[in-house]
Amino acid sequence: MSPADHQPFQAGFDEIRKAAATRQRAFAEAPVPRIHIGMATCGIASGALETKAAFEQALARHGIDARIHTVGCIGHCYAEPFVIIDHPESGFPPIFYPEVNAGKANMLTKLFLAEGDPRFEHILGATEENDMIPWIGEFSRFNQEKRVVMEKCGHIDPEDIYEYIAAGGYETLPDMFRRSPKEIIQQINDAGLRGRGGAGFATGLKWELAADQPGDAKRVICNADEGDPGAYMDRTILESNPHQVLEGLIACAYAVGAHKAIIYVRAEYPLAVRTITKAIRQASELGLIGNDILGSSFDLDIEVFHGSGAFVCGEETALIRSIEGFRGMPRHRPPYPVERGLWGTPTVINNVKTLASVAPILKNGAAWYRKIGTDNSPGTAIFSIVGDVVHPGLIEIPMGVSLRTLIFDICGGIPNKKKFKAVQIGGPSGGCLPEEFLDTPIDFDSLTEAGAMMGSGGMVVMNEDTCTVDISRYFLDFTQKESCGKCTFCRIGTYHLLTILERITEGKGSPADLKNLAQLSQDIKNGSLCGLGKTAPNPVVTSLRYFKEDYEAHVSEKRCPGMMCRPLIAFYIDLEKCARGCDACVGCCPVEAVFTTRNRKKGIDQSLCVKCGECMVACPPEYDAVRKVSPPELAPIIERPAEPLKDEK
Amino acid sequence: MVTLSVDASKIEIAAGTNLLAACLQNDIYVPNLCYIEGMDHPPASCRLCFVEIEGKDAPVPACTVEVRHDMAVRTDTPGVRRLQKTALQLLLSVHDVDCKNCPANRNCALQDMAKFLKIALKSKHLDLFLKKSKIDLGHPFLEYYPNRCVLCGRCIYVCRAQQAHTQLTFAKRGFDTVIGFFGNPQSSPPSCDTCRACAEACPVAALLPKP
Repeated sequence: MSPADHQPFQAGFDEIRKAAATRQRAFAEAPVPRIHIGMATCGIASGALETKAAFEQALARHGIDARIHTVGCIGHCYAEPFVIIDHPESGFPPIFYPEVNAGKANMLTKLFLAEGDPRFEHILGATEENDMIPWIGEFSRFNQEKRVVMEKCGHIDPEDIYEYIAAGGYETLPDMFRRSPKEIIQQINDAGLRGRGGAGFATGLKWELAADQPGDAKRVICNADEGDPGAYMDRTILESNPHQVLEGLIACAYAVGAHKAIIYVRAEYPLAVRTITKAIRQASELGLIGNDILGSSFDLDIEVFHGSGAFVCGEETALIRSIEGFRGMPRHRPPYPVERGLWGTPTVINNVKTLASVAPILKNGAAWYRKIGTDNSPGTAIFSIVGDVVHPGLIEIPMGVSLRTLIFDICGGIPNKKKFKAVQIGGPSGGCLPEEFLDTPIDFDSLTEAGAMMGSGGMVVMNEDTCTVDISRYFLDFTQKESCGKCTFCRIGTYHLLTILERITEGKGSPADLKNLAQLSQDIKNGSLCGLGKTAPNPVVTSLRYFKEDYEAHVSEKRCPGMMCRPLIAFYIDLEKCARGCDACVGCCPVEAVFTTRNRKKGIDQSLCVKCGECMVACPPEYDAVRKVSPPELAPIIERPAEPLKDEK
Repeated sequence: MVTLSVDASKIEIAAGTNLLAACLQNDIYVPNLCYIEGMDHPPASCRLCFVEIEGKDAPVPACTVEVRHDMAVRTDTPGVRRLQKTALQLLLSVHDVDCKNCPANRNCALQDMAKFLKIALKSKHLDLFLKKSKIDLGHPFLEYYPNRCVLCGRCIYVCRAQQAHTQLTFAKRGFDTVIGFFGNPQSSPPSCDTCRACAEACPVAALLPKP
């Protein structure tokens, strides 16, 4: 017996761990192939359910005994649905296959599982180092990441608590109960953990403020009301490894002395709701949540609250109001929730990623965490990178990595030989940064200084064919629709911003509009009640600052440099390139604007054209005859023959 | 009692008093719409009662501050006035300025503040946006005029105080936000007919008892 067995709270946990290890050994040592399928919402949306069904049928058909292991999301969106096949008998290491549809599943079952041929042309890489197949650890999309929060995502079954425990989960609990809440807070403070919800407030300090409040009617809330367009890391964590969040939540409750915890998760994330609810039930059954956890006499109840569809409820005071049964509208702070929060009790509200960072800190120590990232922003940042990059997805990197490394090294740069134009960081509250900022290190302070913000970590990369005015209009449209309507600046001010932007994108803007945009943005920032309003003008402010020429082109030349604003563009067909007799564009035009000229080439009737761009897509690349121009007057006029030609009928 | 200075005057007032109330009680006018004396947690939603307090780098709504001893408050700095003017202009940019036919004419919070801040009722640089529905007759005893309403929420507050649970609520989002009656006129208690606290609290005659 090791000395640890004599320590309080250890024996109960060791028993659980032993059960987990036994199960894990049975799974790992079974002499059959294992098929790991990513089954988070993103995987399912790409067809993982069909892939799984296809594997099941194919295995039955070929009479192969294999285990299908459903795991969460690994963060490689471009590869969904992904499958890792571990077939020890074949002599190959575990192999990562991207984009496995039902057909590929059938083929892999037959050729690899039954006949031992791994089909090299479909392989992304091996998950272990070996002599035969390139190891994925050699690819920059894999090896430049530093996974703290997402370490186990995509490797364990999120619906089985034993897999998390076998991988080292909940290990921090016995040791935590041996220490005082003050020591836990001290460790979080020493680690320098900052809230991952966007603002970057010191987590340890928040806990300390709540712990110092008198009484024990306190509450802790996990904020999983992720609502930024294009951000999905909280969902992925809840769907792929809910227990790491619970472990952090238990630590938080213990540290501040709360006995009630709530997970506020959006109802639009049905799978996340299901996994976290199941995780709470499993943890309760093992006595890791509930009364007298591991014999420590610490009690904690965790509930799930379904947030129903308001972006503003991610703001902590609005979140509290909505739990209390009121309309989700923010309130003025102070008092801060740590003084007077839910039902008037001191309440700590932490983001999913913040809580998921807690267990690794408690396990490895504050010094270890400090070594990752920068001095002022220790730890890792998770970004969901979408838009014009080769390898989009979720990426966890140490703070301080430059935007250039992130976009060009890790994500593979901009596809189709296009040039980089801008990156929008932090969703509707963030800003649009140009190329000059690519060497900015990613941390809370540098991004804020540049005019963007960490936000929840949404990042949209845009190539040269992007109109920053239209992007701002898109985000303002979002914030205006999601404004709760409480305060004057946000309710009415953002509406004015939106209508001005709409006017500019239609080519009806005036120089006075640009001045109005800037002044109004400033007032909305200074005058609004909550964070949503204060940050709503950020997309406008930053694009006006860094892409002024885009605005000026719209206003003074009625030209859209990114060629996105439909009223300011026109399509025409280059008669030099158009092939006689090819009808590809005619068939795809939804409004019959494409006609045949006298020499059997094609023209576009500008009065009918709705500028959908379908003809440009349909035109065979060897001709590449459809052209897009802005302003629309640049399109040459091609006369439509008065009488329809015979072959047009 | 604490002593504080507001602009040129010295005020002596009970500790814990709301700063906006302290100013108004001492005849120092600060534009405001949504504040009602005695509120436990003022909504601070109209964004008009901005003041500058020494030691704070940006204007703050006076209704969200408790008086402190030796506090130095300025109610008329350029920063304060700019925010107040913008807020009022924004409210007027969605307001049906038709004073001649409005029962609140000459007894209207918007008129008073426009006069005080010296701005025109019809803005030159902001477009006018009115909601499509001019009047909501859904309530058995009340008429609601969305294009007059400034969404200060006073009606909701007084209704809750009178009826224990409110008959009124904010409805919809963003620019479309209005005061709603929970959709079911039958649910309103008969006391609505005689209470009328909401209509009396309305600063702009957006809620009126049905004739």
